[in-house]
Amino acid sequence: MITLEDAYIFAGLVFAAFAGLGLSDRSNPRRLGNSLFWALVAVSFLFGSRLGNLENGTIALALAILGASRLLGPAPGDGGDRGERARSAARFGNWLFVPALLVPFTALVGSIGLKNLVVAGQPLIEPRQATVISLALGVLVAGIAAMAWLRPRPVVPFEEGRRLMDAIGWAAVLPQMLASLGALFALAGVGREVGRLVADYVPLTHPLTVIAAYCFGMAVFTAIMGNAFAAFPVMTAAIGLPLIVHKFGGSPAIMSALGMLSGFCGTLTTPMAANFNIVPAALLELPDRNAVIKAQWPTAVLLLACNVFLMYVLVFRFAAHRP
Amino acid sequence: MLVLSGILVVIAGFIVRANPLFVVATAALVTGLAAGMHPLDVIAAFGKAFNENRYVSLVFLVLPVIGLLERYGLQERARMLIARLRVASPGRLLVAYLALRQAFASVGLTAIGGHAQMVRPLIAPMAEAAGERVSGHLDEYARLRIRALAASADNVGAFFGEDIFVAVSSILLIKGFLQQSGVSVQPLDLSLWAIPTAFLALAIHGARLLLFDRKMALERRRREGGPTR
Repeated sequence: MITLEDAYIFAGLVFAAFAGLGLSDRSNPRRLGNSLFWALVAVSFLFGSRLGNLENGTIALALAILGASRLLGPAPGDGGDRGERARSAARFGNWLFVPALLVPFTALVGSIGLKNLVVAGQPLIEPRQATVISLALGVLVAGIAAMAWLRPRPVVPFEEGRRLMDAIGWAAVLPQMLASLGALFALAGVGREVGRLVADYVPLTHPLTVIAAYCFGMAVFTAIMGNAFAAFPVMTAAIGLPLIVHKFGGSPAIMSALGMLSGFCGTLTTPMAANFNIVPAALLELPDRNAVIKAQWPTAVLLLACNVFLMYVLVFRFAAHRP
Repeated sequence: MLVLSGILVVIAGFIVRANPLFVVATAALVTGLAAGMHPLDVIAAFGKAFNENRYVSLVFLVLPVIGLLERYGLQERARMLIARLRVASPGRLLVAYLALRQAFASVGLTAIGGHAQMVRPLIAPMAEAAGERVSGHLDEYARLRIRALAASADNVGAFFGEDIFVAVSSILLIKGFLQQSGVSVQPLDLSLWAIPTAFLALAIHGARLLLFDRKMALERRRREGGPTR
Protein backbone atom coordinates (compact mmCIF):
# COMPACT_ATOMS: atom_id res chain seq x y z
CA MET A 1 0.00 0.00 0.00
CA ILE A 2 1.23 3.47 -0.86
CA THR A 3 0.79 5.59 2.24
CA LEU A 4 1.02 9.26 3.05
CA GLU A 5 4.37 8.48 4.70
CA ASP A 6 5.75 7.40 1.29
CA ALA A 7 4.70 10.74 -0.19
CA TYR A 8 6.44 12.48 2.74
CA ILE A 9 9.66 10.55 2.10
CA PHE A 10 9.47 11.56 -1.58
CA ALA A 11 8.96 15.19 -0.59
CA GLY A 12 11.81 14.96 1.94
CA LEU A 13 14.19 13.75 -0.75
CA VAL A 14 13.16 16.54 -3.12
CA PHE A 15 13.64 19.20 -0.43
CA ALA A 16 17.00 17.62 0.49
CA ALA A 17 18.01 17.99 -3.18
CA PHE A 18 16.96 21.68 -3.05
CA ALA A 19 19.10 22.16 0.06
CA GLY A 20 22.12 20.41 -1.44
CA LEU A 21 21.96 22.17 -4.82
CA GLY A 22 21.40 25.52 -3.16
CA LEU A 23 24.73 25.31 -1.41
CA SER A 24 26.62 25.32 -4.70
CA ASP A 25 24.81 28.35 -6.16
CA ARG A 26 27.63 30.88 -5.98
CA SER A 27 25.50 33.61 -7.59
CA ASN A 28 23.36 33.82 -4.44
CA PRO A 29 24.92 35.50 -1.39
CA ARG A 30 22.11 34.05 0.75
CA ARG A 31 22.63 30.43 -0.33
CA LEU A 32 23.54 29.27 3.19
CA GLY A 33 20.29 30.51 4.72
CA ASN A 34 18.18 29.07 1.90
CA SER A 35 19.96 25.76 2.11
CA LEU A 36 19.49 25.49 5.87
CA PHE A 37 15.80 26.36 5.54
CA TRP A 38 15.08 23.63 2.96
CA ALA A 39 17.24 21.17 4.89
CA LEU A 40 15.01 21.69 7.94
CA VAL A 41 11.91 21.13 5.81
CA ALA A 42 13.54 17.96 4.43
CA VAL A 43 14.24 16.71 7.96
CA SER A 44 10.63 17.36 8.92
CA PHE A 45 9.34 15.36 5.94
CA LEU A 46 11.85 12.51 6.24
CA PHE A 47 11.93 12.00 9.99
CA GLY A 48 8.95 13.94 11.37
CA SER A 49 6.92 10.81 12.06
CA ARG A 50 9.74 9.35 14.14
CA LEU A 51 10.74 12.52 16.00
CA GLY A 52 9.08 13.57 19.24
CA ASN A 53 6.65 16.47 19.42
CA LEU A 54 9.20 18.69 21.10
CA GLU A 55 11.78 18.07 18.35
CA ASN A 56 9.19 18.83 15.67
CA GLY A 57 8.23 21.97 17.56
CA THR A 58 11.87 23.03 17.62
CA ILE A 59 12.09 22.53 13.85
CA ALA A 60 8.97 24.67 13.36
CA LEU A 61 10.35 27.44 15.58
CA ALA A 62 13.74 27.30 13.83
CA LEU A 63 11.96 27.73 10.47
CA ALA A 64 10.05 30.73 11.85
CA ILE A 65 13.22 32.37 13.16
CA LEU A 66 15.14 31.69 9.93
CA GLY A 67 12.21 33.06 7.95
CA ALA A 68 12.25 36.31 9.93
CA SER A 69 16.03 36.69 9.58
CA ARG A 70 17.55 38.27 6.52
CA LEU A 71 19.34 35.07 5.63
CA LEU A 72 16.83 33.97 2.99
CA GLY A 73 16.37 35.20 -0.55
CA PRO A 74 16.43 34.18 -4.21
CA ALA A 75 19.48 34.68 -6.40
CA PRO A 76 19.42 38.13 -8.01
CA GLY A 77 18.10 38.41 -11.57
CA ASP A 78 17.72 34.73 -12.24
CA GLY A 79 15.26 34.70 -15.12
CA GLY A 80 17.12 32.34 -17.44
CA ASP A 81 17.59 32.79 -21.18
CA ARG A 82 14.33 33.91 -22.81
CA GLY A 83 15.54 33.47 -26.38
CA GLU A 84 16.63 29.94 -25.65
CA ARG A 85 13.25 29.11 -24.15
CA ALA A 86 11.37 30.61 -27.11
CA ARG A 87 13.43 28.50 -29.54
CA SER A 88 12.74 25.44 -27.43
CA ALA A 89 9.03 26.27 -27.34
CA ALA A 90 8.97 26.48 -31.16
CA ARG A 91 10.81 23.18 -31.43
CA PHE A 92 8.77 21.07 -29.01
CA GLY A 93 5.44 22.70 -29.81
CA ASN A 94 2.18 22.01 -28.04
CA TRP A 95 3.49 18.65 -26.82
CA LEU A 96 4.98 20.66 -23.95
CA PHE A 97 1.48 20.89 -22.47
CA VAL A 98 1.16 17.12 -22.19
CA PRO A 99 3.46 16.50 -19.20
CA ALA A 100 2.12 19.64 -17.53
CA LEU A 101 -1.45 18.37 -17.83
CA LEU A 102 -0.35 14.88 -16.83
CA VAL A 103 -0.01 16.10 -13.23
CA PRO A 104 -3.67 17.07 -12.68
CA PHE A 105 -4.82 14.19 -14.91
CA THR A 106 -2.98 11.56 -12.85
CA ALA A 107 -4.12 13.23 -9.64
CA LEU A 108 -7.67 13.02 -10.93
CA VAL A 109 -7.47 9.38 -11.97
CA GLY A 110 -5.79 8.61 -8.68
CA SER A 111 -8.29 10.33 -6.45
CA ILE A 112 -11.28 8.81 -8.25
CA GLY A 113 -10.04 5.54 -9.68
CA LEU A 114 -7.20 4.28 -7.52
CA LYS A 115 -9.05 5.12 -4.32
CA ASN A 116 -10.96 1.86 -4.33
CA LEU A 117 -8.42 -0.30 -6.14
CA VAL A 118 -7.40 -3.38 -4.16
CA VAL A 119 -4.20 -5.25 -5.07
CA ALA A 120 -3.40 -8.56 -3.36
CA GLY A 121 -6.00 -8.00 -0.68
CA GLN A 122 -4.68 -4.52 0.19
CA PRO A 123 -5.82 -1.13 -1.06
CA LEU A 124 -3.23 0.28 -3.49
CA ILE A 125 -3.24 3.71 -1.85
CA GLU A 126 -4.27 4.78 1.62
CA PRO A 127 -7.92 5.61 0.87
CA ARG A 128 -8.30 8.53 3.30
CA GLN A 129 -5.30 10.30 1.79
CA ALA A 130 -6.09 9.51 -1.86
CA THR A 131 -6.00 13.13 -3.05
CA VAL A 132 -2.55 14.12 -1.74
CA ILE A 133 -0.98 10.77 -2.58
CA SER A 134 -2.39 11.03 -6.11
CA LEU A 135 -0.79 14.45 -6.47
CA ALA A 136 2.59 12.97 -5.56
CA LEU A 137 1.98 10.14 -8.04
CA GLY A 138 1.03 12.67 -10.71
CA VAL A 139 4.29 14.52 -10.18
CA LEU A 140 6.23 11.28 -10.45
CA VAL A 141 4.49 10.18 -13.65
CA ALA A 142 4.78 13.59 -15.31
CA GLY A 143 8.40 13.96 -14.18
CA ILE A 144 9.44 10.59 -15.57
CA ALA A 145 7.59 11.24 -18.85
CA ALA A 146 9.20 14.67 -19.27
CA MET A 147 12.67 13.34 -18.45
CA ALA A 148 12.34 10.47 -20.93
CA TRP A 149 11.17 12.84 -23.66
CA LEU A 150 13.35 15.91 -23.18
CA ARG A 151 16.45 14.07 -21.91
CA PRO A 152 17.97 16.89 -19.81
CA ARG A 153 20.79 16.25 -17.37
CA PRO A 154 19.21 14.55 -14.34
CA VAL A 155 20.02 17.52 -12.11
CA VAL A 156 18.04 20.01 -14.24
CA PRO A 157 14.53 19.50 -12.78
CA PHE A 158 15.85 19.84 -9.23
CA GLU A 159 17.91 22.88 -10.18
CA GLU A 160 14.86 24.55 -11.76
CA GLY A 161 12.62 23.46 -8.91
CA ARG A 162 15.04 24.95 -6.42
CA ARG A 163 15.06 28.25 -8.31
CA LEU A 164 11.25 28.44 -8.04
CA MET A 165 11.35 27.31 -4.41
CA ASP A 166 13.88 30.01 -3.49
CA ALA A 167 11.64 32.59 -5.15
CA ILE A 168 8.75 31.51 -2.89
CA GLY A 169 11.01 31.32 0.15
CA TRP A 170 9.58 31.33 3.69
CA ALA A 171 6.01 31.81 2.35
CA ALA A 172 6.09 28.13 1.37
CA VAL A 173 5.88 27.01 5.00
CA LEU A 174 3.31 29.63 6.04
CA PRO A 175 0.19 27.55 5.23
CA GLN A 176 1.47 24.67 7.34
CA MET A 177 2.43 27.04 10.16
CA LEU A 178 -1.04 28.62 10.07
CA ALA A 179 -2.69 25.22 10.27
CA SER A 180 -0.63 24.57 13.39
CA LEU A 181 -1.70 27.90 14.87
CA GLY A 182 -5.30 26.81 14.28
CA ALA A 183 -4.61 23.66 16.30
CA LEU A 184 -3.35 25.75 19.23
CA PHE A 185 -6.34 28.06 18.99
CA ALA A 186 -8.57 25.00 19.24
CA LEU A 187 -6.58 23.66 22.20
CA ALA A 188 -6.82 26.97 24.06
CA GLY A 189 -10.54 27.38 23.37
CA VAL A 190 -10.23 30.59 21.32
CA GLY A 191 -13.36 29.77 19.32
CA ARG A 192 -15.54 29.37 22.42
CA GLU A 193 -14.32 32.71 23.72
CA VAL A 194 -15.06 34.54 20.46
CA GLY A 195 -18.50 32.95 20.29
CA ARG A 196 -19.24 34.19 23.83
CA LEU A 197 -18.07 37.72 22.98
CA VAL A 198 -20.28 37.89 19.89
CA ALA A 199 -23.32 36.50 21.70
CA ASP A 200 -22.81 38.95 24.60
CA TYR A 201 -22.13 42.17 22.78
CA VAL A 202 -23.96 42.13 19.45
CA PRO A 203 -27.62 43.21 19.68
CA LEU A 204 -29.54 40.38 18.09
CA THR A 205 -33.23 41.14 18.13
CA HIS A 206 -34.32 41.47 14.49
CA PRO A 207 -33.93 38.61 11.97
CA LEU A 208 -32.01 40.80 9.54
CA THR A 209 -29.44 41.97 12.11
CA VAL A 210 -29.03 38.39 13.28
CA ILE A 211 -28.43 37.16 9.73
CA ALA A 212 -26.06 40.02 8.99
CA ALA A 213 -24.15 39.36 12.23
CA TYR A 214 -23.89 35.66 11.41
CA CYS A 215 -22.64 36.14 7.82
CA PHE A 216 -20.36 39.04 8.70
CA GLY A 217 -19.08 37.13 11.73
CA MET A 218 -18.30 34.12 9.55
CA ALA A 219 -16.35 36.30 7.11
CA VAL A 220 -14.39 38.20 9.78
CA PHE A 221 -13.61 35.20 11.96
CA THR A 222 -12.56 33.26 8.85
CA ALA A 223 -10.28 36.15 7.90
CA ILE A 224 -8.69 35.99 11.36
CA MET A 225 -8.30 32.21 11.42
CA GLY A 226 -7.55 31.89 7.70
CA ASN A 227 -10.03 29.05 7.49
CA ALA A 228 -13.82 28.91 7.28
CA PHE A 229 -13.81 25.44 8.83
CA ALA A 230 -12.58 26.88 12.11
CA ALA A 231 -15.14 29.70 12.07
CA PHE A 232 -18.22 27.65 11.21
CA PRO A 233 -18.71 25.71 14.47
CA VAL A 234 -18.03 28.84 16.55
CA MET A 235 -20.41 31.21 14.75
CA THR A 236 -23.10 28.58 14.23
CA ALA A 237 -23.10 27.62 17.91
CA ALA A 238 -23.08 31.28 19.02
CA ILE A 239 -25.60 32.83 16.60
CA GLY A 240 -26.75 30.45 13.89
CA LEU A 241 -28.48 27.67 15.78
CA PRO A 242 -29.80 29.52 18.85
CA LEU A 243 -31.13 32.55 16.98
CA ILE A 244 -31.63 31.94 13.25
CA VAL A 245 -32.87 28.37 13.59
CA HIS A 246 -34.39 28.04 17.07
CA LYS A 247 -35.64 31.56 17.79
CA PHE A 248 -36.68 32.76 14.32
CA GLY A 249 -37.39 29.36 12.77
CA GLY A 250 -34.98 29.44 9.82
CA SER A 251 -33.88 26.45 7.78
CA PRO A 252 -30.62 25.00 9.14
CA ALA A 253 -29.55 23.74 5.69
CA ILE A 254 -29.89 27.14 4.00
CA MET A 255 -28.28 28.93 6.93
CA SER A 256 -25.30 26.57 6.99
CA ALA A 257 -24.72 26.54 3.24
CA LEU A 258 -24.79 30.33 2.95
CA GLY A 259 -22.90 30.76 6.22
CA MET A 260 -20.04 28.63 4.98
CA LEU A 261 -19.98 30.54 1.68
CA SER A 262 -19.85 33.82 3.66
CA GLY A 263 -16.78 32.38 5.36
CA PHE A 264 -15.24 31.74 1.94
CA CYS A 265 -15.71 35.47 1.20
CA GLY A 266 -13.50 36.09 4.23
CA THR A 267 -10.92 33.63 2.88
CA LEU A 268 -10.58 35.76 -0.26
CA THR A 269 -9.52 38.80 1.78
CA THR A 270 -6.96 37.51 4.26
CA PRO A 271 -3.20 36.90 4.26
CA MET A 272 -3.95 34.20 6.86
CA ALA A 273 -5.25 32.03 4.02
CA ALA A 274 -1.67 31.91 2.82
CA ASN A 275 -1.92 28.99 0.42
CA PHE A 276 -4.62 30.78 -1.59
CA ASN A 277 -3.41 34.36 -1.33
CA ILE A 278 0.25 34.71 -0.32
CA VAL A 279 1.89 31.67 -1.92
CA PRO A 280 0.36 32.45 -5.36
CA ALA A 281 1.68 36.02 -5.15
CA ALA A 282 5.15 34.56 -4.60
CA LEU A 283 4.65 31.92 -7.31
CA LEU A 284 3.67 34.59 -9.83
CA GLU A 285 6.63 36.77 -8.80
CA LEU A 286 4.42 39.66 -7.71
CA PRO A 287 6.42 42.22 -5.70
CA ASP A 288 3.33 43.11 -3.62
CA ARG A 289 2.51 40.07 -1.53
CA ASN A 290 -1.06 41.29 -1.06
CA ALA A 291 -1.65 41.71 -4.81
CA VAL A 292 -3.95 38.68 -5.05
CA ILE A 293 -6.03 39.90 -2.10
CA LYS A 294 -6.33 43.31 -3.76
CA ALA A 295 -7.65 41.60 -6.90
CA GLN A 296 -10.24 39.70 -4.85
CA TRP A 297 -11.65 41.93 -2.12
CA PRO A 298 -14.29 43.76 -4.16
CA THR A 299 -15.70 40.41 -5.28
CA ALA A 300 -15.63 39.19 -1.68
CA VAL A 301 -17.50 42.24 -0.32
CA LEU A 302 -20.19 42.14 -3.02
CA LEU A 303 -20.65 38.41 -2.64
CA LEU A 304 -20.94 38.70 1.14
CA ALA A 305 -23.73 41.26 0.71
CA CYS A 306 -25.42 38.86 -1.73
CA ASN A 307 -25.19 36.06 0.82
CA VAL A 308 -26.84 38.17 3.52
CA PHE A 309 -29.61 39.08 1.09
CA LEU A 310 -30.08 35.49 -0.10
CA MET A 311 -30.20 34.17 3.43
CA TYR A 312 -32.75 36.80 4.49
CA VAL A 313 -34.97 36.00 1.52
CA LEU A 314 -34.62 32.21 1.60
CA VAL A 315 -33.93 30.99 5.11
CA PHE A 316 -37.44 31.57 6.54
CA ARG A 317 -39.36 30.90 3.34
CA PHE A 318 -38.01 27.40 2.85
CA ALA A 319 -37.83 26.41 6.50
CA ALA A 320 -39.04 22.85 6.89
CA HIS A 321 -40.23 23.32 10.45
CA ARG A 322 -41.70 26.03 12.63
CA PRO A 323 -40.83 26.11 16.32
CA MET B 1 -10.43 36.49 27.49
CA LEU B 2 -6.68 36.05 27.85
CA VAL B 3 -6.56 33.30 25.23
CA LEU B 4 -7.55 35.88 22.62
CA SER B 5 -4.13 37.55 22.93
CA GLY B 6 -2.86 35.31 20.11
CA ILE B 7 -5.31 36.97 17.75
CA LEU B 8 -4.01 40.37 18.82
CA VAL B 9 -0.46 39.22 18.08
CA VAL B 10 -1.52 38.21 14.56
CA ILE B 11 -3.30 41.51 13.90
CA ALA B 12 -0.45 43.60 15.32
CA GLY B 13 2.08 41.57 13.37
CA PHE B 14 0.33 42.20 10.09
CA ILE B 15 -0.06 45.91 10.88
CA VAL B 16 3.66 46.43 11.52
CA ARG B 17 4.42 44.15 8.55
CA ALA B 18 6.58 41.77 10.54
CA ASN B 19 7.50 38.48 8.90
CA PRO B 20 4.25 36.44 8.86
CA LEU B 21 6.00 33.14 9.60
CA PHE B 22 7.47 34.64 12.76
CA VAL B 23 4.18 36.32 13.71
CA VAL B 24 2.24 33.08 13.40
CA ALA B 25 4.72 31.09 15.47
CA THR B 26 4.73 33.83 18.13
CA ALA B 27 0.93 33.93 18.19
CA ALA B 28 0.85 30.18 18.73
CA LEU B 29 3.26 30.41 21.66
CA VAL B 30 1.38 33.34 23.20
CA THR B 31 -1.96 31.54 22.87
CA GLY B 32 -0.63 28.42 24.53
CA LEU B 33 0.96 30.35 27.40
CA ALA B 34 -2.20 32.43 27.87
CA ALA B 35 -4.17 29.20 28.21
CA GLY B 36 -1.90 28.31 31.12
CA MET B 37 0.18 25.64 29.40
CA HIS B 38 3.80 24.93 30.29
CA PRO B 39 6.20 26.49 27.70
CA LEU B 40 7.62 23.11 26.69
CA ASP B 41 4.10 21.71 26.32
CA VAL B 42 3.24 24.61 24.05
CA ILE B 43 6.21 23.90 21.79
CA ALA B 44 5.36 20.20 21.77
CA ALA B 45 1.72 20.89 20.87
CA PHE B 46 2.86 23.23 18.11
CA GLY B 47 5.31 20.61 16.84
CA LYS B 48 2.64 17.90 16.86
CA ALA B 49 0.28 20.06 14.80
CA PHE B 50 3.09 21.15 12.45
CA ASN B 51 3.98 17.52 11.86
CA GLU B 52 0.39 16.43 11.30
CA ASN B 53 -0.15 19.19 8.75
CA ARG B 54 2.81 18.36 6.53
CA TYR B 55 0.46 17.34 3.72
CA VAL B 56 -0.33 21.05 3.24
CA SER B 57 3.21 21.58 1.90
CA LEU B 58 3.20 18.57 -0.45
CA VAL B 59 1.96 20.77 -3.30
CA PHE B 60 5.52 22.07 -3.85
CA LEU B 61 6.50 18.62 -5.13
CA VAL B 62 5.20 19.82 -8.48
CA LEU B 63 7.85 22.54 -8.81
CA PRO B 64 10.66 20.41 -10.35
CA VAL B 65 8.32 19.25 -13.14
CA ILE B 66 6.98 22.76 -13.75
CA GLY B 67 10.50 24.22 -13.59
CA LEU B 68 11.82 21.67 -16.08
CA LEU B 69 8.99 22.31 -18.55
CA GLU B 70 9.37 26.07 -18.14
CA ARG B 71 13.05 25.76 -19.02
CA TYR B 72 11.98 24.02 -22.22
CA GLY B 73 9.61 26.87 -23.04
CA LEU B 74 6.23 25.93 -21.49
CA GLN B 75 5.30 29.53 -20.63
CA GLU B 76 6.41 30.77 -24.06
CA ARG B 77 4.35 28.06 -25.74
CA ALA B 78 1.29 29.07 -23.70
CA ARG B 79 1.89 32.67 -24.86
CA MET B 80 2.22 31.64 -28.53
CA LEU B 81 -0.99 29.66 -28.37
CA ILE B 82 -2.96 32.68 -27.16
CA ALA B 83 -1.19 35.29 -29.29
CA ARG B 84 -2.64 33.57 -32.38
CA LEU B 85 -6.16 33.60 -30.98
CA ARG B 86 -7.85 36.78 -32.21
CA VAL B 87 -10.79 36.76 -29.82
CA ALA B 88 -8.63 36.29 -26.75
CA SER B 89 -8.47 39.03 -24.14
CA PRO B 90 -7.30 38.69 -20.52
CA GLY B 91 -10.83 39.14 -19.19
CA ARG B 92 -12.48 36.65 -21.54
CA LEU B 93 -9.73 34.09 -21.04
CA LEU B 94 -9.94 34.34 -17.26
CA VAL B 95 -13.75 34.21 -17.26
CA ALA B 96 -13.48 30.99 -19.25
CA TYR B 97 -10.97 29.61 -16.76
CA LEU B 98 -13.13 30.74 -13.83
CA ALA B 99 -16.20 29.01 -15.27
CA LEU B 100 -14.27 25.81 -16.06
CA ARG B 101 -12.65 25.72 -12.64
CA GLN B 102 -16.04 26.20 -11.02
CA ALA B 103 -17.67 23.55 -13.17
CA PHE B 104 -14.96 20.98 -12.44
CA ALA B 105 -14.97 21.77 -8.72
CA SER B 106 -18.76 21.44 -8.57
CA VAL B 107 -18.50 17.79 -9.60
CA GLY B 108 -15.64 17.14 -7.20
CA LEU B 109 -12.73 17.58 -9.61
CA THR B 110 -10.80 20.17 -7.60
CA ALA B 111 -7.55 18.52 -8.70
CA ILE B 112 -7.89 20.27 -12.06
CA GLY B 113 -6.51 23.75 -11.51
CA GLY B 114 -4.31 25.15 -8.79
CA HIS B 115 -1.75 27.91 -8.57
CA ALA B 116 1.46 25.89 -8.95
CA GLN B 117 0.11 23.42 -11.51
CA MET B 118 -2.08 25.58 -13.75
CA VAL B 119 -1.96 29.30 -13.02
CA ARG B 120 1.78 29.95 -13.02
CA PRO B 121 2.82 27.79 -15.98
CA LEU B 122 -0.25 28.17 -18.20
CA ILE B 123 -3.08 30.53 -17.29
CA ALA B 124 -1.07 33.59 -16.22
CA PRO B 125 1.25 33.57 -19.29
CA MET B 126 -1.77 33.09 -21.57
CA ALA B 127 -3.60 36.00 -19.95
CA GLU B 128 -0.48 38.15 -20.22
CA ALA B 129 -0.08 37.33 -23.91
CA ALA B 130 -3.73 38.21 -24.50
CA GLY B 131 -3.11 41.45 -22.60
CA GLU B 132 -0.18 42.30 -24.85
CA ARG B 133 -2.41 41.83 -27.89
CA VAL B 134 -5.29 43.89 -26.54
CA SER B 135 -3.31 46.77 -25.10
CA GLY B 136 -0.58 46.96 -27.75
CA HIS B 137 1.88 47.82 -25.02
CA LEU B 138 1.51 46.19 -21.62
CA ASP B 139 3.04 48.26 -18.81
CA GLU B 140 4.44 46.65 -15.68
CA TYR B 141 1.40 47.55 -13.56
CA ALA B 142 -1.04 45.93 -15.97
CA ARG B 143 1.17 42.86 -16.31
CA LEU B 144 1.25 42.29 -12.56
CA ARG B 145 -2.46 43.04 -12.26
CA ILE B 146 -3.25 40.40 -14.89
CA ARG B 147 -1.24 37.82 -12.98
CA ALA B 148 -3.05 38.65 -9.74
CA LEU B 149 -6.40 38.40 -11.52
CA ALA B 150 -5.41 34.97 -12.86
CA ALA B 151 -4.78 33.77 -9.30
CA SER B 152 -8.08 35.31 -8.17
CA ALA B 153 -10.00 33.45 -10.89
CA ASP B 154 -8.57 30.17 -9.61
CA ASN B 155 -9.56 30.95 -6.00
CA VAL B 156 -13.07 32.21 -6.72
CA GLY B 157 -13.74 29.28 -9.05
CA ALA B 158 -12.55 26.70 -6.55
CA PHE B 159 -14.26 28.18 -3.46
CA PHE B 160 -17.66 28.79 -5.03
CA GLY B 161 -17.69 25.61 -7.06
CA GLU B 162 -16.64 22.93 -4.60
CA ASP B 163 -19.54 23.54 -2.21
CA ILE B 164 -21.96 22.28 -4.85
CA PHE B 165 -20.31 18.87 -4.66
CA VAL B 166 -22.06 16.67 -2.12
CA ALA B 167 -19.01 14.92 -0.70
CA VAL B 168 -16.73 17.94 -0.24
CA SER B 169 -15.16 18.35 3.19
CA SER B 170 -16.99 21.58 4.04
CA ILE B 171 -20.38 19.94 3.55
CA LEU B 172 -19.34 16.94 5.60
CA LEU B 173 -18.17 19.32 8.33
CA ILE B 174 -21.52 21.15 8.33
CA LYS B 175 -23.47 17.92 8.48
CA GLY B 176 -21.28 16.54 11.26
CA PHE B 177 -21.49 19.68 13.36
CA LEU B 178 -25.25 20.05 13.01
CA GLN B 179 -25.73 16.39 13.86
CA GLN B 180 -23.77 16.89 17.08
CA SER B 181 -26.12 19.74 17.91
CA GLY B 182 -29.17 17.57 17.30
CA VAL B 183 -30.16 19.04 13.92
CA SER B 184 -30.19 16.77 10.89
CA VAL B 185 -29.68 18.05 7.34
CA GLN B 186 -29.22 16.29 4.03
CA PRO B 187 -25.90 16.89 2.21
CA LEU B 188 -27.89 17.29 -1.01
CA ASP B 189 -29.85 20.20 0.53
CA LEU B 190 -26.61 21.89 1.52
CA SER B 191 -25.14 21.60 -1.96
CA LEU B 192 -28.42 22.73 -3.54
CA TRP B 193 -28.43 26.00 -1.57
CA ALA B 194 -24.84 26.69 -2.61
CA ILE B 195 -25.92 27.04 -6.24
CA PRO B 196 -27.36 30.62 -6.16
CA THR B 197 -24.13 31.98 -4.64
CA ALA B 198 -22.09 30.02 -7.19
CA PHE B 199 -23.87 31.78 -10.05
CA LEU B 200 -23.52 35.16 -8.35
CA ALA B 201 -19.79 34.55 -7.83
CA LEU B 202 -19.39 33.78 -11.53
CA ALA B 203 -21.42 36.87 -12.46
CA ILE B 204 -19.65 39.27 -10.09
CA HIS B 205 -16.08 38.12 -10.60
CA GLY B 206 -16.69 37.55 -14.31
CA ALA B 207 -18.00 41.10 -14.69
CA ARG B 208 -14.97 42.49 -12.88
CA LEU B 209 -12.64 40.53 -15.15
CA LEU B 210 -14.41 41.83 -18.26
CA LEU B 211 -14.32 45.36 -16.85
CA PHE B 212 -10.55 45.05 -16.77
CA ASP B 213 -10.67 44.42 -20.53
CA ARG B 214 -12.71 47.58 -21.02
CA LYS B 215 -10.26 49.58 -18.94
CA MET B 216 -7.32 48.31 -20.97
CA ALA B 217 -9.01 49.11 -24.28
CA LEU B 218 -9.89 52.58 -23.02
CA GLU B 219 -6.34 53.24 -21.94
CA ARG B 220 -5.03 52.14 -25.33
CA ARG B 221 -7.36 54.55 -27.11
CA ARG B 222 -6.27 57.39 -24.83
CA ARG B 223 -2.62 56.54 -25.37
CA GLU B 224 -2.94 56.34 -29.13
CA GLY B 225 -4.87 59.59 -29.27
CA GLY B 226 -8.05 58.11 -30.72
CA PRO B 227 -11.52 59.31 -29.80
CA THR B 228 -12.47 58.48 -26.24
CA ARG B 229 -16.07 58.26 -25.37
